[in-house]
Amino acid sequence: MVHNRKGKPPRVGDNTVFRRSLLGIVLVFVGLMIVAPLVVIAVEAFSRGVVYFAESIADPDTRHAILLTVIAALIAVPINTAFGVAAAWAITKHDFRGKRLLTVIIELPFSVSPIVAGVAYLFVYGLQGLFGPVLQSMEIKILFALPGIVLASMFVTAPFVARELIPLMQAQGRDLEEAATSLGASGWRTFFSVTLPNIKWALLYGVVLCNSRVMGEFGAVSVVSGNIRGQTNTLPLHIELLYHDYNAAGSFAAASILACLAIVTLVVKVALERQGAGRVQRPAALAGADSIIPEVKP
Amino acid sequence: MRRRVLPGLPLALGITLVYVAIIVVLPLAALVFKAASLGPADYWRIISSDRAFASYRVTVLCALAATVFNLVFGMALAWVLVRYRFPGRRLVDALVDLPFALPTAVAGIALTTLFATNGWFGAPLSLLGIKVAYTPLGIIVAMSFTSIPFIVRTVQPVLEELDPALEEAGQTLGASDLSIFVGVILPLLTPALLAGVSLSFARSLGEFGAIIFIAGNQPFSTEITALLAFIRLEEYDYPASAAIASVMLLTAFVMLAITNLMQARALRYTVRG
Repeated sequence: MVHNRKGKPPRVGDNTVFRRSLLGIVLVFVGLMIVAPLVVIAVEAFSRGVVYFAESIADPDTRHAILLTVIAALIAVPINTAFGVAAAWAITKHDFRGKRLLTVIIELPFSVSPIVAGVAYLFVYGLQGLFGPVLQSMEIKILFALPGIVLASMFVTAPFVARELIPLMQAQGRDLEEAATSLGASGWRTFFSVTLPNIKWALLYGVVLCNSRVMGEFGAVSVVSGNIRGQTNTLPLHIELLYHDYNAAGSFAAASILACLAIVTLVVKVALERQGAGRVQRPAALAGADSIIPEVKP
Repeated sequence: MRRRVLPGLPLALGITLVYVAIIVVLPLAALVFKAASLGPADYWRIISSDRAFASYRVTVLCALAATVFNLVFGMALAWVLVRYRFPGRRLVDALVDLPFALPTAVAGIALTTLFATNGWFGAPLSLLGIKVAYTPLGIIVAMSFTSIPFIVRTVQPVLEELDPALEEAGQTLGASDLSIFVGVILPLLTPALLAGVSLSFARSLGEFGAIIFIAGNQPFSTEITALLAFIRLEEYDYPASAAIASVMLLTAFVMLAITNLMQARALRYTVRG
């Protein structure tokens, strides 16, 4: 497979002038479009100095927003993970009618705008919704409170874990599990000792992406939370509130926490991809594809 | 051929169906029910109002522009990542996912600050007479940012897998790089490009968080449909909100069908043997 070693004709687009200009243009755009927003967050967060940054983070409303965001994630992510594993187990290890439809429905929230999701939840639990009057007479508060925030987050992230597991478990087949059960292992034992070790990286990958989305969700949560400062404001909503209060430095200080979370997510993602997660759709033969691409000499 | 049946179907399927019913199907059904309870005349009046129509126009046109930009830039980015070796390539590869990882509200305030008339990009651009923040251009910028990974990540694997022999055949026959690219490489990438384009376009249509900060949100000029549904809600005009949200939901279904079709086509070309 060594086509492009020295002395061989170059591939399409390897002309030095073309390569350097394309590389230059693309890197400039990456710098402007992707790196600059990150840099501006850091610069603006510290624009009024380190002390102001620390005060912004320590502000009771900001601390409450952080706490609320963490609590919402602590509830939504584990439930979503259990659902994702159950869905992947049912879909990949069993045959039943309507499997395709079920897969489509699980993927649905991925295509629905978060605003539509928020509005839809209003018509279930809101006063003008299906259960609103009943809930009010029982004095159960779902909207404009933590349960609403958790439910809306669960809607937008419903496909996250399942989507990582289903292709992988499909590719792995059922042979190992069938062998385990035929040797007398129980269903749970089969899952924990046979299936789980094979899917652990993909599972973790899905959980990390799900957590990042739950903590950062804005549109759906802004509809159902009611935006009550110090009560139902999650961190993204608090960022909006500070921004519209003309407290840019405070807003960016809060935003820098979520930006750090995004960077941690990316680092973990790269680390997990090295373990093979997130790349199931690529044929295994591609693993060594890098070696046939020529080195660019700067 | 009878397979051994693995245990756990009732429990796993039970959890799945309960979750899907409560979390996904129930709210969407409630939305459709609410919109349907309006009656055809009222429904049509709301969704075809001038303000709603202007919002569809802005949303669709900006999403188209953002997708075209992403098509060119995303394709170039994927090409550079796959074909060229350069210092920091892995870093750039990882950064491509930043728009997915960065919460949309954070992206929104960052882009607005960059493109405001006193911002790093806004100041030089305003000297040239170009205003980005609080104009449709700002909406396009926000849409491009949030959906650029779709094109890169769908094209990248196909480009990695491209058989060098195909290009060599063209080179041996004396074809120029450009004609090999247009005649050989581009047709092979087209299914992946189309899949990426439909994902990117669908995401742009539904985007909210990143856009509302930079858009200016003026009715009839920079008000996107998602915002209009939100505003109707804040005005306690629930039927109007339901109707507009149902239009967005219907669009999402159509885009989902198109995307699935495109992805199935792309996959047919990607996975061989």
